[in-house]
Amino acid sequence: MRTQHAGQSLWSVAAGVLLVALSSPGLAQTTADDYPQDPLWLVAVKAFLVIFGLLTAFAYMTLVERRLLARFQVRLGPNRVGPLGLLQPLADAIKSILKEDIIPTRSDKLVFVLAPIISITFALVGFGLIPFGPPGSFFGGHPWVINLDVGILYLFAVSEMAVYGIFLAGWASNSKYSLLGSLRSSAALISYELALGTSLLAPVLVVGSLNLRQIVDWQDTHGWLILFAPIAFGVFAITSMAEAARTPFDLPEAEQELVGGYNTEYASIKWALFQMAEYVHLITASALIPTIFLGGWRMPDPIPDIPYLWMFLKIALFLFIFIWIRATWFRLRYDQLMRFGWGVLLPVALLWFLVTALAKVLGASNTALIWLSLLGIAVIVAIIVIRGIQVRSATPRAKGVRA
Amino acid sequence: MSSVAALAQSLGITLKALFSKPVTIPYPDAPVPLKPRWHGRHVLTRHPSGLEKCIGCSLCAAICPAYAIYVEPAENDPAKPTSAGERYAKVYEINMLRCIFCGLCEEACPTGAVVLGYDFEMADYRYSDLIYGKEDMLVEVQGTKPQRREAVYTGKPVKRGYTVPYVRAELEGFKAPLRQTVGGVEREETGHDEPLGRH
Repeated sequence: MRTQHAGQSLWSVAAGVLLVALSSPGLAQTTADDYPQDPLWLVAVKAFLVIFGLLTAFAYMTLVERRLLARFQVRLGPNRVGPLGLLQPLADAIKSILKEDIIPTRSDKLVFVLAPIISITFALVGFGLIPFGPPGSFFGGHPWVINLDVGILYLFAVSEMAVYGIFLAGWASNSKYSLLGSLRSSAALISYELALGTSLLAPVLVVGSLNLRQIVDWQDTHGWLILFAPIAFGVFAITSMAEAARTPFDLPEAEQELVGGYNTEYASIKWALFQMAEYVHLITASALIPTIFLGGWRMPDPIPDIPYLWMFLKIALFLFIFIWIRATWFRLRYDQLMRFGWGVLLPVALLWFLVTALAKVLGASNTALIWLSLLGIAVIVAIIVIRGIQVRSATPRAKGVRA
Repeated sequence: MSSVAALAQSLGITLKALFSKPVTIPYPDAPVPLKPRWHGRHVLTRHPSGLEKCIGCSLCAAICPAYAIYVEPAENDPAKPTSAGERYAKVYEINMLRCIFCGLCEEACPTGAVVLGYDFEMADYRYSDLIYGKEDMLVEVQGTKPQRREAVYTGKPVKRGYTVPYVRAELEGFKAPLRQTVGGVEREETGHDEPLGRH
């Protein structure tokens, strides 16, 4: 228990310090940044606000998800603790903090304790990049914590690091279920991260910047990036789901097969930290998709740009879609996942990147890119249709039985 | 195409489910909608004249597969009869812990005196409190023993956790909380073609 509390405060402090350090003038590039840096204390306040907000959002995401899933299954869901069940996250928190904290005897104790901390820390530090409004709209400060010119690269680095948490957890637990779960998770994440990274190259090429703030500003003048890179959008949305280990790709913690996957041996607050990391990844993904592809906190011209509001609405929309998909779809088998990751997503992302790069080199205008996108979508639809017809004609059909 | 179309279709199905009314009945907060032929706590019915139907023949006790019924008959006072027959049940006890609510007593009864009612909230603290006598089962009695005890304690009327569309004819004179039927048509007794949870 003692190590746990120490660990808990440690990671939150570590995450905060990391965010502050990354945003300090020494590290953050100022060449492309026309705005003065916020004072360090304000950055610290924002960093802790982001972490606090994310953790609160996580707590209520668990409730919202359970209520929504219940409604999707025509049930009521948890509604007993407080009005509408609004105190349920609090009850869950108290429960997971007060539970006995078990560290298996044969485990590697240091790594075992460290793994959830790594997981949550790197999940948390990614979010500070998301711009929520124009410069100076946060009580005179900027509505983002870090303004990095290598923003997207930083996000990739951070999310890759989060895999370490999962992998170390599986290894340190000294349990076959944990190891299998973490192996699956690492393998899946590696194959997905490739498609994830490649898919973002296309919009980066179109915009000409890795800076999220500049991507949002570019979209304000030229139109949403989903118009110019819809295929990249699709691949990125799918891989984001995989990154957050959500339902179609949640096999690292497939309860039915692997007990709990990499977190089988974890209990109490350490387990909660893994859950937290997963949900924070989900929230970050639902913030990233609109930031990169759907105009971020801005809206197309007739609609006024309201800082925070549009961003929160877009995040909520994507969270809803993720829950909706979880309520509907099944989990892919491991080999299906691998085939889908390496055989479909990566080639599609690569191909689209090549097409965009060629178009850029040949000096194509943005309108040409839109036509190219439509062509790409048409090709994909055609492939799906042809494939479907092939499968259908190859499937033996019983007479008099409705398919 | 069919697989992708099926995926999209499945999303539509769940979305439709999201906007439909949950089938959950939040039971202690809301009453359970029961069928009219529910087998609940027994009711000892009376003739319209007010005389008890039970003639103390003990056929119910004889057929009871759980040996839950004890009947002690006595001769009626001709001047002031208790039942419509020669004899009446001086003691009529059902051990609700033994009873399996099969309804055989109701079928065996020659006068239709013992009928299974609707009350089911009988959980209690003492074995002895689960032996229901005549004073607990006669048709005018509302609710079960713990429910009546609570009503006396709080000073409020007996609160029962169920509703029925109508009280079936065998339970003549028994008062049960009724629920509104849709369009005056109650489809419950058909027992089939009824979507789950649409009570």
